Amino acid sequence: MTKKYDAIVIGAGHNGLTNGAYLAKAGLNTLMVEKNEHIGGATTSLPRYKDDWIYSNCSYVCSLLRPEVYRSLNLAKYGLQVVPYGGAVTIAENGDYIGSYVDPDKARREVARHSHRDADATARFDRDIMRQCRFIRQFLLRTPPDPTSFKPRDLLEMMYMGKEALKLGEDLIYDTMRFYTMSISDFLDEYFENPLVKASHSGSGIIGSALGVMSPGTAYILLHHAMGDVDGSMGAWGFARGGMGAISKAMYDCFTDYGGETLTGNGVDQIIVKNGRAVGVALENGDEHYADVIVSNMTLPRTFLECMDPKDLDPGFLKKVKNFKIRGSSGKINIALDGVPKFTALPENSELARGDMHLIDSTERLERAYDDWKDGIWSQDPYIDMLIPSLTDPTMTPPGKHFMSLFVQYVPPRIKGKDWTDQQVQQFADTVINQIEEYAPGFKDLILHMEVRTPRELENEVGLTEGNIFQGELTLDQLLFNRPIPGYAQYRGPVKGMYMCGSSTAPGGGVMSAPGANAAREILGDLNKTNTVPEGWLDD
Amino acid sequence: MRTVNFSSDHYKDAVFPSPFHSRQKQHNQLKEWTRWADYLSVPAYWCADMEYFSGRNACGVFDITPMVKHLVTGPDALPYLNRLMTRDVSKIKPGRVGYSVWCNEAGRVIDDGTIFHLREGVYRICSQEHQIDWFMTNMLGFDVEITEDTHDVAGLAVQGPTSCAILKDMGLEGIENLTPFGLTYFDFEGTELMVSRTGFTGDLGYELFIDPDYAEVLWDRLFAAGELRGIKAMGSEALDLLRIEAGFILAGVDFLPAMEAVRPTHTRSPFELGLGWLVSFDKGVFNGRQALLEEKEKGSRYNLVKLDIDGNKPAKDSFVYVKGGKKIAGTVTSAMWSPSAKASIALASLEAPLGQPGEEFEVEIYYQRELKWSRVMAPARVVKDVFWNPPRRRQTPPADF
Ligand SMILES: Cc1cc2nc3c(=O)[nH]c(=O)nc-3n(C[C@H](O)[C@H](O)[C@H](O)COP(=O)(O)OP(=O)(O)OC[C@H]3O[C@@H](n4cnc5c(N)ncnc54)[C@H](O)[C@@H]3O)c2cc1C
Repeated sequence: MTKKYDAIVIGAGHNGLTNGAYLAKAGLNTLMVEKNEHIGGATTSLPRYKDDWIYSNCSYVCSLLRPEVYRSLNLAKYGLQVVPYGGAVTIAENGDYIGSYVDPDKARREVARHSHRDADATARFDRDIMRQCRFIRQFLLRTPPDPTSFKPRDLLEMMYMGKEALKLGEDLIYDTMRFYTMSISDFLDEYFENPLVKASHSGSGIIGSALGVMSPGTAYILLHHAMGDVDGSMGAWGFARGGMGAISKAMYDCFTDYGGETLTGNGVDQIIVKNGRAVGVALENGDEHYADVIVSNMTLPRTFLECMDPKDLDPGFLKKVKNFKIRGSSGKINIALDGVPKFTALPENSELARGDMHLIDSTERLERAYDDWKDGIWSQDPYIDMLIPSLTDPTMTPPGKHFMSLFVQYVPPRIKGKDWTDQQVQQFADTVINQIEEYAPGFKDLILHMEVRTPRELENEVGLTEGNIFQGELTLDQLLFNRPIPGYAQYRGPVKGMYMCGSSTAPGGGVMSAPGANAAREILGDLNKTNTVPEGWLDD
Repeated sequence: MRTVNFSSDHYKDAVFPSPFHSRQKQHNQLKEWTRWADYLSVPAYWCADMEYFSGRNACGVFDITPMVKHLVTGPDALPYLNRLMTRDVSKIKPGRVGYSVWCNEAGRVIDDGTIFHLREGVYRICSQEHQIDWFMTNMLGFDVEITEDTHDVAGLAVQGPTSCAILKDMGLEGIENLTPFGLTYFDFEGTELMVSRTGFTGDLGYELFIDPDYAEVLWDRLFAAGELRGIKAMGSEALDLLRIEAGFILAGVDFLPAMEAVRPTHTRSPFELGLGWLVSFDKGVFNGRQALLEEKEKGSRYNLVKLDIDGNKPAKDSFVYVKGGKKIAGTVTSAMWSPSAKASIALASLEAPLGQPGEEFEVEIYYQRELKWSRVMAPARVVKDVFWNPPRRRQTPPADF
């Protein structure tokens, strides 16, 4: 007779771990089932080259992680340390560059170097972004209301949202609609005149998205990247010391301390449903485990199209799941470097090299990168978010050696409709490496090892459907009470006892922990257990 | 450092020496520097309280180079400025200076500053915040040219009762005839020196503007001329005391500039800052006019008032209560013990309609004596007049103090 659990969480991604930790904290006997030998999902630090050389294999920078979760799960005690890094730089093909300095006056002068007017406009731009972020942030740790429901709780939540919006003045309401529907390129045109200034802001509008800078909806994606903070400094990003895996490890240790159990190396094959109720999971190796509550950290399609029997589900529901937009568009290359590459455009030892580096001149160039994706090939002139975390974090590589993280847009889930071949994966890496070599001659000679991940690898290894990094596109049709799909935004699945807690659910992707925490609150509420999930910290 | 074409090397330093730096350094006994925008600025040269007294008793010199400066020219300069500013700019004749605020469409103050009508149709606007984007946004339909020339003009405020005598001794012939808010030009060492009878101290005083290449020689001649009349370099801490006594408000301290406001409700209209006299409804359309008309009808949300507080303790960061100490009326925005008025004074933002002249409140003051903290509820009343307003401020020619 197998042991019966109070809850089983499928997938030990950071959201699954967060969810499990809160359930275990509330005293639930919780089992975590992870298909990989390691935990963390898209939040890992695995050595791929040498033992003393770690990569942040998928996600690589941290800002969205809810500070309320950080604190209430005692992640600091479990060794998590997030170190902010400063700045960013966008390097143009003609050798010019625009840096984003931490120092406000330096930052302003640097923009003024390109356009005096844009230097002032930056203040207005930052303010408007900050206004929106302040507004969104307060909803991150709240369950979205169902606008069609007449339940008091949904009505109250709708009223709360309205009230908060009104508090900030009518302009904000107009702006909000625009933010959610405009393209990042149009949006930037409203503030700036200089192409390089615009280019420097445009990347965050398309990271992880299968949309171009000129596609409506991309302005919001920029917000999604700006709404986090490091120690209250909004919009700042940091490195998790020891790589992103330090986050999942701290959560795992917390979960384990609360008595949670974990099985790795065996994925869930089927969610067992009896009499319209989820009762357990059947693993790939045939083992079965039972529980009152089954929580899926997997993507929406993986959960319902791969791990459930369609006969247990409503066809209308399944159709919505099939229509869920989760198109892969990103690749990741992790590189072990023998030294620091020298970018021709940048001054020696520039502090800018410690932040995000981008090789782009204009939004038009970025849009052309997207055209290739639509054609079913990787961008021949890709957009790269390039970082050298080891310049800040001494724990990742031996001294003097470096880890370089390359996040690449756009990379399609299939090449011209066919599966990626190993040769194509290599060609994709060459495209990226060659581009960097142009800006940093000699770069190639520094490469000691590479881990190349296209959407194929992201899907196979991490379980991200089509390789979409956010477990589903972040556009208005799939946000708020429409995430993941209308009618299912409150973390409950279509069968009783079943819940969802991954980035497919509200408020969406990124290493944020909000979906996992929100789902835990709903589960504990349904079970009449004491809530262990903290409320969001309000900022007045 | 010049305005356009910052070299790509600018990043090597976060902050730059002002054109007066070499001279400031000689006077800066405390060796402390702060930042004012792009420049190094001196908080206090030797003792802030003493420097304050040079400003009230003799002459204090303060470097105002970092102030943001814009030049507005072109056939439509006046109608443009009238569109931008709340006050009627046509009243500022050539050779005159006027204080003004400018608002966004919601009637909230973006910044305050001074408009120098340098020559017929040529204006300089000095402000605390960078404004070029907003100023250019407003150019539409006007034939004007706007440039920022912050770094192309060095400036010194020369303030205090002996300031006129010193400038006269420095060779500025006829300076004594300059009336308050007047400006004039002198030939100085082969370049043009612009002098206005303006300042941020509410006292007799002047502001001097010159090509940065001549900054050091200007300083030297000024201090040579003032040696026997008590001239002293003065830091920003002393200036802050002087301006509170004079009832002048400071962007970012007494009000939040609307362009920076993440929380739009935290901004203020001119009426809410006690600057209704700067709003001219009869001059035609200007930014914020509609909203300000509505506010005039419906009433404002706040009153910025001057408080005279009993006792001797400065009411820094204090809450102001309605008498009885239960209901909060507002907060203090600037406060000090005023050596010239011999009173504890403050500027405070109170919820309208509270804050009528003569109205009484209680101010909650935390103070410390040898590390022991105490709290007092000090009675306070709203006063109408500024705390320091000597006749010499207006007198032309000023007496030879
Ligand atoms: C390349 C890349 C770069 C990124 N960069 C950043 C970044 O820098 N900053 C940031 O904030 N976000 C970043 N993201 C997004 C962020 O990493 C993800 O949104 C987030 O980590 C998803 O977490 P999750 O817990 O919701 O899901 P996942 O991490 O996807 O976890 C799901 C887990 O379920 C497991 N699983 C799947 N199927 C089964 C099964 N059948 N049985 C058992 N287990 C199963 C998976 O192995 C995985 O561990 C990036 C993502 C990627 C892919």
